[in-house]
Amino acid sequence: MSNQNRTMFGGRIDRGQVINFVFNGKNYQGFHGDTLASALLANDVHLVGRSFKYHRARGILTAGSEEPNAIVQLGLGARTEPNMRATEIELYEGLEAASQNCWPSVNYDVGSLNNILSSIFPAGFYYKTFKWPPSLWLFYEHFIRKAAGLGYSPTAKNPDRYEQKFYYCDLTIVGGGISGLLSALAAGRSGCSVLLIDENPELGGYLLDYNFSINEKDGLKWIKNIVDELYSMDNVRILKRTTAMGYYDYNYLTALEKVTNHCDQLSKTTPRERYWRVRSKKIVLAQGAFERPLVFADNDRPGIMMASAGKKYLSRYGVLPGKSVVLFTNNDHAYQTAFEFNDKGAKISIIDTRENIDIRIQNKCEDLGIKLYSSFSIISTKGNKKVNQIEVQKVDRKQNELSGECITLDVDCILMSGGWNPAVQLFSQSRGKLKYDKVLNTFVPDELIQDQIIIGCNNGCFDLSKNLNHSYQEGLNAAKDLNYEVADNINWKGEEEISFTESSVEPYMLGKKKVTKGSKHFIDFQNDVTAADIFLAQREGYISVEHTKRYTTTGMGTDQGKTSNVNALALMSHIHEKPVDEIGHTTFRPPFSPQTFGAIAGRSVDHLFDPERRTSIHKWHEENNAVFEDVGQWKRPYYFPKKNENIHDAVKRECLAVRNSLGMLDASTLGKIDLRGPDTAKFLNMIYTNAWSKLEIGSCRYGLMCNEHGMIFDDGVTTRLGDDHYHMTTTTGGAARVMSWLEEFLQTEWLDMEVFCTSVTEQWTVLSISGPNSRKFLQELTDIDLSKENFPFMKFREGKVCGIDSRVFRISFTGELSFEVNVPSRYGRFVWEQFMHHGKKYNITPYGTETMHVLRAEKGFIIVGQDTDGSVTPMDMNMDWIVSKKKQDFLGKRSFTRSDTLRSDRKKFVGLLVNDKKTVLPEGSHIVEKALKQPPMKMLGHVTSSYFSPILGHPIALAMIKNGMNLLGEKVEIPLMNGKVIEATISDTVFYDKEGNKNNE
Amino acid sequence: MFVIKCPYCGERDQTEFSCHGEAHIARPDNPAEVSDEEWGEYLFFRNNPKGIHFERWTHDHGCRRWFNVMRDTVSDKIIKTYKMGDQKPGVQDV
Repeated sequence: MSNQNRTMFGGRIDRGQVINFVFNGKNYQGFHGDTLASALLANDVHLVGRSFKYHRARGILTAGSEEPNAIVQLGLGARTEPNMRATEIELYEGLEAASQNCWPSVNYDVGSLNNILSSIFPAGFYYKTFKWPPSLWLFYEHFIRKAAGLGYSPTAKNPDRYEQKFYYCDLTIVGGGISGLLSALAAGRSGCSVLLIDENPELGGYLLDYNFSINEKDGLKWIKNIVDELYSMDNVRILKRTTAMGYYDYNYLTALEKVTNHCDQLSKTTPRERYWRVRSKKIVLAQGAFERPLVFADNDRPGIMMASAGKKYLSRYGVLPGKSVVLFTNNDHAYQTAFEFNDKGAKISIIDTRENIDIRIQNKCEDLGIKLYSSFSIISTKGNKKVNQIEVQKVDRKQNELSGECITLDVDCILMSGGWNPAVQLFSQSRGKLKYDKVLNTFVPDELIQDQIIIGCNNGCFDLSKNLNHSYQEGLNAAKDLNYEVADNINWKGEEEISFTESSVEPYMLGKKKVTKGSKHFIDFQNDVTAADIFLAQREGYISVEHTKRYTTTGMGTDQGKTSNVNALALMSHIHEKPVDEIGHTTFRPPFSPQTFGAIAGRSVDHLFDPERRTSIHKWHEENNAVFEDVGQWKRPYYFPKKNENIHDAVKRECLAVRNSLGMLDASTLGKIDLRGPDTAKFLNMIYTNAWSKLEIGSCRYGLMCNEHGMIFDDGVTTRLGDDHYHMTTTTGGAARVMSWLEEFLQTEWLDMEVFCTSVTEQWTVLSISGPNSRKFLQELTDIDLSKENFPFMKFREGKVCGIDSRVFRISFTGELSFEVNVPSRYGRFVWEQFMHHGKKYNITPYGTETMHVLRAEKGFIIVGQDTDGSVTPMDMNMDWIVSKKKQDFLGKRSFTRSDTLRSDRKKFVGLLVNDKKTVLPEGSHIVEKALKQPPMKMLGHVTSSYFSPILGHPIALAMIKNGMNLLGEKVEIPLMNGKVIEATISDTVFYDKEGNKNNE
Repeated sequence: MFVIKCPYCGERDQTEFSCHGEAHIARPDNPAEVSDEEWGEYLFFRNNPKGIHFERWTHDHGCRRWFNVMRDTVSDKIIKTYKMGDQKPGVQDV
């Protein structure tokens, strides 16, 4: 029988629209407007999941975002999502969901053995048990990790699109209940730009489920009119199905809008979720309150739910969750639920912990024939997969214990109400201070820190009339503060059937003795934390709230203790006999509800995750089979393999081409900074370690930059183009860092220096041609006189290359005769292709970064960031020659005479030749004096660069070795990861063309 | 996340800026003449106050200018932003 728990009439569902869905492999039917939870209850499915630790049968506790129990695996394949609250999932055609944390099925779960063995799994079980011996932790961890967790994550790539939206407005209102609606109305009528956020598919809040009136007219009609008016305003934007997740400084709010999650067909043009980042002048919090459970023996069985949830299932969805129902309460408000259940044909009894109950309520119960047990408590519940029986007993107030005869009642549903907790999560995130309210027995907002307003039940006020007037007034006040012409005030009068404030809530706390009996009194349903666990934590000394939380895990998990926190604190207060104020509360942190990474990432995925930078020749590289390497954000050709070539073959061929004839490198990624201004030379003197005052126009000079600690941080060649005009190059990865470094000193230290820095990295394409034939080759394509006499090494010339205005630098990073041709980027590919075409007779060979590395290592040229690591000085690199002794000051100079930089045993830059002439050492290998079987052994340093040199026919390496310059010719050992030990001899750093003649030819 | 008033561009979101630590630490005029201790002080030692703090920020994704910020580290309230070279504000500005 389908929908057997559905009432004949009523509810806000569309009974004309039947929706088919699948739960745990079985087909069911619900109606449009149902949630998964309401549809399951309508079909008499109460057991929906297993608890985290004990695998106890769990049902549906609430009807909203606070749900701890009914969390399910939703959807299949790439779209599956774990831990989704059945109480929030809107039913759509073809929905598939399944229970979590159970095997082989929710009905027969092997893990429920844990429940039987629960006496050996108290709080702290894992900490105590798996501590010994320490070496076995990794072994234990494997099994613990397997048992942990609830649902599972999809393994396939996310097929959906997520978006982010930045939004600015006067007023953001969180919560579309009656309070939020009235504030929005007042502010909207006054002309403010308003953003109204609500997590539900329908505005109106909890009053949609209750009988009430506004200004003596039907409340639901009022809500509809207000909502219609708000939708008609251009200055009001309404977001439904949107949860405010985080409230940060300066009224910055994040919210997650579920755009198409509730649809059966996902649209290609609409994102699945939209992540809102909202900055508003004021924020109004109107999130309402969560009903608090009562703590009693085995209060977690399916069929036990919050009274307000029962009311919602009945009123909104037309679902009667039980026929023989008991209401367990400590306040008046929950009686509305009992009367409604009675009205819809359920047999209901009421257990009230209080002695003095309002006589009007007593009379009404008597009129309706409802049995009322006053000053009674539920002491046990029975029912394996659903509650079927309870025992109740009289509360002896003097002894704070239970006494008298146990009465047994057959029931199929328990509705419980322990009062209301304002939803203070966001308020607390915003740094708002809370105080404990002794009448409501809960934490309520106290001190506001940001420019914010808190209204309605969220503010700890449960009087409808007061809330209506306060909310509207605050909307007007906000408009006034923001200098809008304020709309007229209105006097509001609201009436509920039974209001919450008419009587105070009685704090209900179980007697101490009862806690240790065989049953479990759950405080935190999701994490299986019982009252006994809280007692245990206190006995073992975890008496701070933060410690109790972490030791017992109360308040953790996907619900973050929305239903459990206040009860845990109240119990701690009871144990320590201290007011709850003194116990305090744990910190609320974002997000308010679990949120997807997809939404946080938005469009920043795949190729949009990190920008990719490409040179103007990139396409050519792609077309010519280049293998690419990432250098910072740049894509650089790594090597250009020909048919059947592996990396070694290709690099060997490329290296030999450069050494023997002609090679060409795309060096466009080098950082390039244009420096102008009368103080540029003075500035360069401070930035670089060497002297710049005498550099002539048309000359280039290599420079080393140090930070103030005296450590090398970048290098490059800078050229004087004109009187006050220089062209600086930096490493590819360091370009942005150097630019910022220059700006920092110009803007903060030397404000009087007139120097202007402009990044021109992307304006110039750099073709570096290198090899003995480079002059002969280039001369055929340029009007610049390249002769040795007229264009010596370290000079710069301007002229036409392939008809394009170019800058040519005679500098070399290979040790060969080299020219770096800079052409405006738009001509980059053209000139490159011209070079490839005309260079055929010289076997011009494009080469990549690996060949570049090998060639420079053969010459002992350093790469900052590879051979240096931010902890080496120029002297450590044997580059004393570039450190000016004459200059009074430059960045880093003073640090060269710090005691640490002066140490004689610092690591020095040396060469390393393996004795077997064939092993290419792994970069990063440790170098020791003598390799022993196990540490400790005498550590000397590490390998920084290591390659096979094709021109030399053997491997070469560069290394940092303690006192290395005094150890030239000494033998060292390098133990490898595979257990082998390689012998090597320390050498100087120049392996090829030691005299340095080749680049001067 | 803060809203920061760049002295050149006006109020912008914090994501456009970077913080560079304590402000008003002048580089010694003649580093050669300072003692190791004084140089160490300049290099390594920074205040970490609970309360009013002066710090350097840059408007990276904007005008790229450096400026100073006077911020209360307890409330994260930015009390004042001012240009490099401007005088350090006093407590009377709080």
